[in-house]
Amino acid sequence: MSILVDEATQVIVQGITGRDGAFHTHQMIEYGTKVVGGVTPGKGGVKTEDGVPVFNSMSEAVAETGANTSVVYVPATFAADAVCEAADAAITLVVCITEGIPVQDMVKILPYLDSRGARMIGPNSPGIISPGKSKVGIMPGAIHRQGPVGVVSRSGTLTYEVVYHLSELGLGQSTCMGIGGDPIVGTNLLDALALFADDDQTDAVVLIGEIGGNDEEEAAAVIARNYPKKVAAFIAGRTAPPGKRMGHAGAIVTGGTGTAAEKIAAFEKAGVEVADTPADVARIMKGLLT
Amino acid sequence: MKIHEAHARKIFSDFGLPVPPSRMITSSAEARAATEEIPGPFVVKAQVLVGGRGKAGGVKLAGTPDEAVEKAETILGMEIKGITVDKVLIAHAVDIAHELYAGIIVDRRSRRPLMMVSPSGGIDIEEVARTTPEKILKIRIDPMWGLLPFQIRQMTSFLTDDREAAKQIGRALAALYQAFMGVDASLAEINPLVISPDRKVWAIDAKINIDDNGLIRRKSIAELRDESAEDPGEVEARSNGLSFVKLDGSIGCIVNGAGLAMATMDMIKHYGAEPANFLDIGGSSSPEKVLAAMRIILRDPNVKSILINIFGGITRCDDVASGIIEAKNELGIDVPLVVRLTGTNEEAAKKILAGTDLIPAETMDGGVKKAIEMAGS
Repeated sequence: MSILVDEATQVIVQGITGRDGAFHTHQMIEYGTKVVGGVTPGKGGVKTEDGVPVFNSMSEAVAETGANTSVVYVPATFAADAVCEAADAAITLVVCITEGIPVQDMVKILPYLDSRGARMIGPNSPGIISPGKSKVGIMPGAIHRQGPVGVVSRSGTLTYEVVYHLSELGLGQSTCMGIGGDPIVGTNLLDALALFADDDQTDAVVLIGEIGGNDEEEAAAVIARNYPKKVAAFIAGRTAPPGKRMGHAGAIVTGGTGTAAEKIAAFEKAGVEVADTPADVARIMKGLLT
Repeated sequence: MKIHEAHARKIFSDFGLPVPPSRMITSSAEARAATEEIPGPFVVKAQVLVGGRGKAGGVKLAGTPDEAVEKAETILGMEIKGITVDKVLIAHAVDIAHELYAGIIVDRRSRRPLMMVSPSGGIDIEEVARTTPEKILKIRIDPMWGLLPFQIRQMTSFLTDDREAAKQIGRALAALYQAFMGVDASLAEINPLVISPDRKVWAIDAKINIDDNGLIRRKSIAELRDESAEDPGEVEARSNGLSFVKLDGSIGCIVNGAGLAMATMDMIKHYGAEPANFLDIGGSSSPEKVLAAMRIILRDPNVKSILINIFGGITRCDDVASGIIEAKNELGIDVPLVVRLTGTNEEAAKKILAGTDLIPAETMDGGVKKAIEMAGS
């Protein structure tokens, strides 16, 4: 088992003929992901260098391939529309890599996705990978190993850093999910914890949070209430000054809330050890699992 | 993106909010001209993008045109939190019977616009939330339906017993919501929204923050950005597609990805030093971005060493390595450079950097320790 993506995942790449879309389609196929089609409006009817058929619309792509998942690489201006198109075509998991979707678009598309029974990961996400099964996103596949640790993160490269240390210590991963660095995302930390809680392969969860919002505090409260898996955490942004956006749209301390100190205190109160460095998370996890 | 009060007032006024007449001026002559157009009495307000200007003496009342010009001259050139005031707003000052608060944000928890109103206006709303939370009413808005009439009634009856004022407040709240949505705001705030003794409602202050992601479709709003009010390094970084925040320490850092960049700063602090900056070169990074990043960091005289920490995914290590070499050749770097490159095209990067005086590090921990050690020597 694993969560959300596995061997049965069949992927349509939205924006497959763009620079990033084409590059990562190739990378995903190399990893073993079943990429069954792509969509770029107006470019349907051809095949990519990897032999993936390109369609003009998501409804056409889904009808022809039976895909259940899509990954979105289209530019920010068109990304919200692409996500809605996927949901309307009965795609159940939409992974949005695109950064820069206006927050007011997110406010509108999430109820739309709910009404069609689709889940969104992202936007501004590195994607999701179940090692050895399927990679839907842009993370380097080679650092991952299959195993019992679930990873959920608001970040991209910081997740790679942590995963690298986990794999070095022999701790493989069930699924690693980057939920995205925006203030409003389709799948948040709480959703991810709930999914990992029900997953047989996952024995423990690494949670990588950062400044901004209150998701981590709410996650800590959930963990404190008999969460069935062991959890270790890392919080980025202890040294971030207030009122400054630290790269991610959602990474900002406002009005004295959303600080790393508050989040760390919440986890410690919930009995979750918070690592001082990315390498320490892996060491803590090793301790929890042995 | 923050915009000046003068611009926020214009936006509010365009969306139908009752805003007293005002002008933004940059000189004494313009101040004089403004007082000839605007009826007195006046309020004269420094236009800076930091809070606390009132306490710093940046807001003054003036009865006559002469007094207003004199106050404007005092405020122009004044320093507020290290920023020199070069723009001043002169507005008609209305008489105040009651001060209310109205604001709207995108609420992360409910994933919806959230309007907040309070009968305790004119003071910091976070202070009200801390001391008298019962004096704030929060209304979550369904973006598909917008602000509904019953929600407006809930808020107006919470704010006042005066039915004439309530009607005007209701129209103002509806306009506030339209303005918020209409400019892709992440925050729109009127503090205070006032009722005058003759029972007229006025927005006498205006604050709007724009969602940076919304600027792609708000060209006219994007032009309101005041780069003179920002750190020059941050302006230069943005124009090069970098994300940069200046800090006070001595270890410069160049990192790919916001989370890893924050974690790098935190680790510098963890091992006993202070980071000089936050800098994320972003995803598909070109050598040019690395060069720009290096130029911005080297301008800070506090920087004693620079750590480059890259975990290549989309970012290719060889691109970064080429950028480092270019920067070395063009900029004449005289501080130690510690380089940690791992991930995509790592081997190619190592070949590019072989034989240089760059200090290699295998791990993030090792790189941070090395950069701190080099800064101290």
